[in-house]
Amino acid sequence: MSAIASAWKKLPWWVEPSAVVLVLTVFGVYSFVAIALFGGEYQQFVSPFYSPEVPLPGWMPGFVTAPMLVLWIPLGFRATCYYYRKAYYRAFFWDPPACLSKAQQLDRPWASNAESYRGERALFVLNNVHRYFLYASIIVVAFLWFEAFRTLFGPQGFQISVGSLLWFLNIVLLSAYTFSCHSFRHLVGGNKDCYSCIRGGNARRKTYNFVSRLNARHPQWAWYSLFSLLATDIYLRLLQAGAITDFTIIHFGG
Amino acid sequence: MTEGNGNNPGNVTSRAHSPVPNEDLGKSGKTAKLKIFRGDSEGGQEVEYEIPLVEGMVVLDAVLAIQAEQAGDLAVRWNCKAAHCGSCSAEINGRPKLLCKTRVEEYDGEEIHVHPMRAFPVIKDLVSDVSWNYEVSKAIKPFHSSEQAPFTMYEEDVERLYEPKKCIECFMCQDVCHVLRTHHKHAEFAGPRFFVRNQWLEMHPMDEEDRLGDLKEDNGLGFCNITKCCTEVCPVDIKITDNSIIPLKERVASEFYDPAKWLMRKIRGNGSSRNGN
Repeated sequence: MSAIASAWKKLPWWVEPSAVVLVLTVFGVYSFVAIALFGGEYQQFVSPFYSPEVPLPGWMPGFVTAPMLVLWIPLGFRATCYYYRKAYYRAFFWDPPACLSKAQQLDRPWASNAESYRGERALFVLNNVHRYFLYASIIVVAFLWFEAFRTLFGPQGFQISVGSLLWFLNIVLLSAYTFSCHSFRHLVGGNKDCYSCIRGGNARRKTYNFVSRLNARHPQWAWYSLFSLLATDIYLRLLQAGAITDFTIIHFGG
Repeated sequence: MTEGNGNNPGNVTSRAHSPVPNEDLGKSGKTAKLKIFRGDSEGGQEVEYEIPLVEGMVVLDAVLAIQAEQAGDLAVRWNCKAAHCGSCSAEINGRPKLLCKTRVEEYDGEEIHVHPMRAFPVIKDLVSDVSWNYEVSKAIKPFHSSEQAPFTMYEEDVERLYEPKKCIECFMCQDVCHVLRTHHKHAEFAGPRFFVRNQWLEMHPMDEEDRLGDLKEDNGLGFCNITKCCTEVCPVDIKITDNSIIPLKERVASEFYDPAKWLMRKIRGNGSSRNGN
């Protein structure tokens, strides 16, 4: 992995922002089309975009589908995430696109006045709401764990299939992403100056140190979990279309 | 006084901190070409120099060799030549670097362009005027404790303080930060270096001062859009964004932007959520 990372660093500065734009755009378009036009269930499998399943009130306009009532939570969580903020400020806003001197000269090419920059003091001050999206995302993650366990119970009884492994991989990566969040790190111990002065301080400190280790890989968890979401949903679409069958690895009973 | 130059190896304990001695220049038969900015605050241009390459030489060695042999009036600031003092910060091929920690061989096959730090006024050639940083530093509320030092502190309470203490004040993070470099917010924004300092003060278990209001207003923490260039260039590997700026942003969010905490404070009737412990 370090060889890939060092090779990546040697690429021209514009490769990284371009790759971020491409991946996030493809993911956005794919997931929007998936939730707007298609169903998300196949036997015991529920697409991660469709969990938790909520009933759609009758007064909702026709273009709103049930997953949209939930997906604003993970979408908001990622949009206000400290890592994705870096990614989209660089890739979409070119603010700056990269750190190199000549890249910085292209900072916000549409702005006539460099001094008009407000950073996260104007509209983007709203990103401070990140912790509330975290709280809501933890509930969604709990539902996705439930869905992962539900995949073990197929039509023929308890079984472990390729699909189940994919669903578990996805929720492990999503959990790593959610619980490596900077706001979570603040919540569990970053907001304290003195662990030895508070009750349960040692547990707080250990939790904080564990989350800090996870947090050092927050960008990686962000991307891995995005790709695993995509892979899980595509797998379900292929099952629905009959293009593949879910390969059972172990089948208990019956 | 002991002669401390590299030409008298018998009189020095280590030659690592000295310029490359003359007898080593030219041994490899190779040369290095450097294009160095020559000028001042009024402007200037790159001037090309060619010097004999010595295996393992750093860019500072090359610059000092040019200064000694070809351009006696070339201005460069340096001190320890061991990546400890933070004096020789400059920009090599558009990226902030310590001249003493960057080997010429890293740029094998590339042109080497050496410029002064651009977020600050250029005094001459490779020397920028970084005194603005000292003014910012003076304005930060210093450490304050009602207890008398020496303090009894536990390892688990101070382990987070080692990282910000590694800072050598090279100001390369300030130089690469687009808020200063491109948007010129020097009057409203303290810069990454001083968020590192604030984090050390704020997380110190014995410190009782509250700096969150200053961080939000005077130090302009909200201008930072966490694009992490400061972390990329730090020569002592401080994770500035993740371990200093974001933890401070979270504390500022708790104090000023969290509606539930604001409501709790209203109900309890105390003005600040700061607990310090």
